Amino acid sequence: MTEQKPNSFRTQPDDRGHFGQFGGRYVAETLMPLVLDLEREYRKAQADPAFKAQFDDLLEHYVGRPSPLYFAPRLTEELGGAQIWFKRDELNHTGAHKINNCIGQILLAMRMGKKRIIAETGAGQHGVATATVCARFGLPCIVYMGAEDVRRQSPNVFRMKLLGAQIVPVTAGRGTLKDAMNEALRDWVANVHDTFYIIGTAAGPHPYPELVRDFQSVIGREARAQMLSRTGKLPDLAVACIGGGSNAIGLFHPFLDDPEVRLLGVEAAGKGLDGDEHAASLAGGFPGVLHGNKTYLLQDEDGQITEGHSISAGLDYPGIGPEHAWLKETGRVEYTSATDEEALEAFQLLCRTEGIIPALEPSHAIAAVAKVAPTMDKDQTILMNLCGRGDKDIFTVAEALGVEI
Amino acid sequence: MTRLSTTFSAPRPALVAFITAGDGDTAANLDALVEGGADVIELGMPFTDPMADGPAIQAANIRALGNGTKTANVFALATAFRARHPDVPLVLMGYANPMIRRGPDWFADACAAAGVDGIICVDLAPEEDEDLGPALRARGIAPIRLATPTTDEARLPRVLDGSSGFLYYVSVAGITGKQAAAIVSIEANVARIKQHSDLPVAVGFGVRTPEQAAEIARVADGVVVGSAFVDLVAKHGTDAPEHLRELAAQLAEAIHTAR
Repeated sequence: MTEQKPNSFRTQPDDRGHFGQFGGRYVAETLMPLVLDLEREYRKAQADPAFKAQFDDLLEHYVGRPSPLYFAPRLTEELGGAQIWFKRDELNHTGAHKINNCIGQILLAMRMGKKRIIAETGAGQHGVATATVCARFGLPCIVYMGAEDVRRQSPNVFRMKLLGAQIVPVTAGRGTLKDAMNEALRDWVANVHDTFYIIGTAAGPHPYPELVRDFQSVIGREARAQMLSRTGKLPDLAVACIGGGSNAIGLFHPFLDDPEVRLLGVEAAGKGLDGDEHAASLAGGFPGVLHGNKTYLLQDEDGQITEGHSISAGLDYPGIGPEHAWLKETGRVEYTSATDEEALEAFQLLCRTEGIIPALEPSHAIAAVAKVAPTMDKDQTILMNLCGRGDKDIFTVAEALGVEI
Repeated sequence: MTRLSTTFSAPRPALVAFITAGDGDTAANLDALVEGGADVIELGMPFTDPMADGPAIQAANIRALGNGTKTANVFALATAFRARHPDVPLVLMGYANPMIRRGPDWFADACAAAGVDGIICVDLAPEEDEDLGPALRARGIAPIRLATPTTDEARLPRVLDGSSGFLYYVSVAGITGKQAAAIVSIEANVARIKQHSDLPVAVGFGVRTPEQAAEIARVADGVVVGSAFVDLVAKHGTDAPEHLRELAAQLAEAIHTAR
């Protein structure tokens, strides 16, 4: 039996929140009624022009959208192949794409009459974005963060505190991002009546993967129009890094039904895919269930979740959004990976050639671009989402390079 | 009659006792619970990410995994328990990922071979039943679902459809081992469930003392106690059995004589 290719890649998920065999709603019964409520409220919001108008207005005047599309001449010349264009989502307010989603979710929270916001964060980028929108709308914000991450990411912890958020260090488990997410789910289940959980990536129980994708798709919609207007055609290749995968799905989704556009997602290969120290769920994981959805997970033969590793805290998660799992299986999106070392080199390459300090997360995507661009013709174009800026990472990079600052 | 239906058809309410597999000397601990008077054993399958559990059971999961507990060890414990206690219902409780890792048929076969009577899968919503439910039902193993204070009238039939053995009523919206619910709320919710179903209803989450257990036993068919037992395993290690036996006896006495 040959698998039928779908007519459109943009009609997922189905009404039960499934992307093929992935996605779904795998949550404790206490949360199910709430998750069903959220879906109903999201459908109403989608049909409400006032919701869209408020979302668009905040993105324009508060976040600073549309973000620029930038042609990178010296990087293009250095790599000697395809023309490289960056979608500059690192120029957003708060320095990354995360804010797009937080604006959408807090508007939903307020529609639902929720009075208290919770979030999980790893490196602190999603925590900062959530604390930002909570300050903007005057809602209390509780951010769960692994105790180890609290120690390593002290500038972001201070930022969140300045913005009025309460930071709860999580010592349960090994005190990483997935433990922070477990703890946020425990808070949610105990406070369902008044609390909204702003999930930071395109994962979790339906409808989160769908609504996060929809809020982040502004990236791809803008970039598609900008490429057409600036180059007169669609890009030959679009590239984005993947942890949970929200910036990548935001870039890719508007291009899914443009077969001439190759799409490439870049996972974090950490210290290499041959060992255990990586965070490449698609390359090194198997389908399973965690945090409300079925997707590819790093896990052992008994289904115990293993810890991811990446130099980039934002990619250091043992799962991936379910739509990426489906896009991998259908073959519409190609997935590759970049190691810590390759990301560090790419980080420095962009600093040197374009005067842009990228975050370590998109540095993985730059590493992939550096490999593929030289193999392409000079009249071809690559569009890459530069999803975050690197100010937060300079200490990590200095340490990795053996520099004392 | 299954072991579960036999137990719940008794005129007295049942003590459902939970501990985590691989935390301490599990075989000895299970025997102590049965000797103390537990009517149903709920054996926790350890998982790295027990997101519905409070600190006590989270720590038990970490200890069990730290001891090297594998899925094979859980089934070995179950098989040996069944040989020692042919009539005591045994239910596995855990999270979806370890249960479906090798496929639903593998898991359901292993349960059947080990003499497991029912499965409580915390994060498998009725909406995702096909991942495990059909395989369990085909082998006569009860998918035991949970209802909560947030499960409203409209949703209750969905939860009940396809569930068997008993219904686990989670008395509080929250995680295991924290606060207990008010008895008036429990009574009203159990009565509500009974209007929709003939299944026995066992009530859990936050039940620690014989007094609480007796109060609940007056309005429900069973009382689930977990964190209080798990705390004893944590505190007493290899000396846990005598303490488990004592607490089980106090709870069983309170529950069995509640009405």
